[in-house]
Amino acid sequence: MTVVLSRSADHLYWMARQMERADNTARILEASYRMSLLPLGQGLDEDSGSEWDAVLQITLDNADFHDRFSEVNADTVIRFMTLDPKNPSSIYSITHAARENARAERIALTTEMWEALNSTWLEISAMTPARLASRGYQNFFDWIKERSHLFRGTADATMLRDERYHFLRLGTSIERADNTARILDVKYHILLPDGADVGSAIDYMQWGAFLRALSAYRIYHHEYKEPIKPIHVADLMIFKDYFPRSLHNCLNDVLNLLALIGGPRGEEAQRKAGELHALLHYGTIKSVFAEGLHEFITDFIARNTAVGNEIQAAYLLPERG
Amino acid sequence: MANNSFFDEMTGAVGAGAYGESQLRDAYSTVGPWLAGMSHRQISAKLKEAETLFRRMGITFLVYGGGEGAERLIPFDIIPRVLTVAEWAMIESGCLQRVRALNAFLWDIYHDQEIIAAGRIPREDVFLNARYRPEMIGIDVPGKTYIHIAGIDLVRTGEQEFYVLEDNLRNPSGVSYMLENREVMMRLFPKLFVENKVAPVSDYPENLLRNLQALAPPGVSRPTVALLTPGIYNSAYFEHVFLADEMGIELVEGQDLFVADDLVFMRTTHGPMRIDVIYRRINDEYLDPLAFEPGSILGVPGLLSVYRAGGVTLANAVGTGVADDKAIYRYVPDMIRFYLGEEPVLANVLTYALGDTEDRAYVLDHLAELVVKEVGGAGGYGMLVGPAASADEIEAYRLRILDDPANFIAQPTLALSTCPTFTDAGIAPRHVDLRPFVLSGLTQTVVPGGLTRVALKEGSLVVNTSQGGGTKDTWVLSDQGYTP
Repeated sequence: MTVVLSRSADHLYWMARQMERADNTARILEASYRMSLLPLGQGLDEDSGSEWDAVLQITLDNADFHDRFSEVNADTVIRFMTLDPKNPSSIYSITHAARENARAERIALTTEMWEALNSTWLEISAMTPARLASRGYQNFFDWIKERSHLFRGTADATMLRDERYHFLRLGTSIERADNTARILDVKYHILLPDGADVGSAIDYMQWGAFLRALSAYRIYHHEYKEPIKPIHVADLMIFKDYFPRSLHNCLNDVLNLLALIGGPRGEEAQRKAGELHALLHYGTIKSVFAEGLHEFITDFIARNTAVGNEIQAAYLLPERG
Repeated sequence: MANNSFFDEMTGAVGAGAYGESQLRDAYSTVGPWLAGMSHRQISAKLKEAETLFRRMGITFLVYGGGEGAERLIPFDIIPRVLTVAEWAMIESGCLQRVRALNAFLWDIYHDQEIIAAGRIPREDVFLNARYRPEMIGIDVPGKTYIHIAGIDLVRTGEQEFYVLEDNLRNPSGVSYMLENREVMMRLFPKLFVENKVAPVSDYPENLLRNLQALAPPGVSRPTVALLTPGIYNSAYFEHVFLADEMGIELVEGQDLFVADDLVFMRTTHGPMRIDVIYRRINDEYLDPLAFEPGSILGVPGLLSVYRAGGVTLANAVGTGVADDKAIYRYVPDMIRFYLGEEPVLANVLTYALGDTEDRAYVLDHLAELVVKEVGGAGGYGMLVGPAASADEIEAYRLRILDDPANFIAQPTLALSTCPTFTDAGIAPRHVDLRPFVLSGLTQTVVPGGLTRVALKEGSLVVNTSQGGGTKDTWVLSDQGYTP
């Protein structure tokens, strides 16, 4: 069996998490951007503010946004979330962190993987807000998603199938589960049946934008063969394990990968992941809606984080997490 | 330049400028015509191809103080430097002899100190040396081997004249360039390798690994070897990655290791795993914050005590720095006589110690002709090349010398040999040196060839990569009877 340093596994795991987070950040921005382009899109929901407020709410560290930007709108939030080096959650900062992890781990990376990460970073570091705007936001979001696909594709096609690869994929799955849940959470208000709005044209358009950002628009129609309904959208995102971004699929992967990595150190991580997986494997969307979508998601994110913490403590560098 | 006559290794000409219809020395009997048959454009194209290959391999070099963009390719010259088997036989035996004597010296000064008792080396030059490690007194290192890897810097001044410029016995670097230069040359010019039987160098990592395994602590049957690197910001990091990868060993940093129960362990995903041999690319001072530099975060607390108790082997051993010091250098020919009863195969360069009153007076009078170096300097930093320096630079350096004379040595400016080198203006002679690598342990070997460094600037004698020098593939022709 190959020996893998904890530090090495840590770099690969976090590199994958960071690339996945960059991908999902682009998706969140894309969903909001699409919605903001719809008639009456902005500020529709008085309680939750505009789409762009919602985006700020789910980023971990938005404290100084209001010090530096006077208005919350598409341009300021997109700038803050894409190219802002002062925002640790911006795509700029995340891809830089991923590249630094890759640099420290070049011995374990194939040339193709290194080049995929390095050129992503080089291109982003050379970008300016003006150039990004002239390129078009949608094009930029598509590009980030492509870079993330390229990263996973080169890993899949060139990496040895040893433990390093398992940790890399584990990072992707843990992060994707977290991010899908967060995207669901920020949009849960539009998914909930709310009296008069049910089935209105606006809702329909918003749900469509949301599905497109998650690459799920066509999957939805193939699967449900009826107009978009919030309960189906949530069902797809949470329970349908054939949908690659669903929580259920992510937890399938997490569980399998933890079994492959194995060892006595990972028992608690496996137990926690197994518990969480069971919830998705045996749960139904009806009971989730009955108990509250927001509550379900909040609980999921906390438990998924706990699985991540166990992985960190058992295999990786405990102090990093 | 004070001296305008240089030995050229392709033509044997002394003081030649550009290459005309000159005669070829035996070593270049096939490379010469091959070179003459290529146009400037063809060579340029091959050079570009080579650079692409180097970039892809990630063989870059970090320049200190250069900021974030300071990750550079070392300039590579595609014209090989060729040595005949007779030349190599001399270099090889000279390097082996030297390393044997230096290793015996290290054992001696950390044990019985006979050479000092015999009055061959003044005791203060050893015991007051900053790199002498009293912690090593009485410690029996496995196989009595201190110098697992040595890089001996040689210069040539004539057909038969080779001199040792310095011994690198701590963490000699550059071997990855030697290996990658060969790899790239074989890809670019496969036919040339069919026509010339060039002694292979690619078994270096395997030889190194076998030596390291052979010197594991007693009782360890399947030793685990790791390469300890200071990390990604070290100038030689890519070499560390390369060698660890070639040997199939773990590349570890200080933070990956810890000491428990008088042994060293690395943190793996499945828990602690014992390390038996550490090929460390960290200097003594940073190895163990408990024993040396307390602020070092590169090292492993407690490592030295495990090492002294024999729980782990370090390569090179702790305390080798005293033997490659520029002040000790001048005693090496005497060491060879004292320990081996032999005459040195390779000569030293005449060296003045500025701590010595007579030497100092002479040097201060002749600064414009001499090369002056700090005793503990390396990498071409902080040296004075008299003939190339301005009057102001010489005066500034004079003040530095007077401040602490014992910290400096001086040597005559050597007429370094030249080799044909590709330049913007065509093929021209450029000065070179040679660093063969000597491996000791299970057996003692010198990899045939070594690293040739070339001063790319016209007339320059400074070949250090940190000062803009380049490298060449170095050939030892084996069709003339060389058997490794």
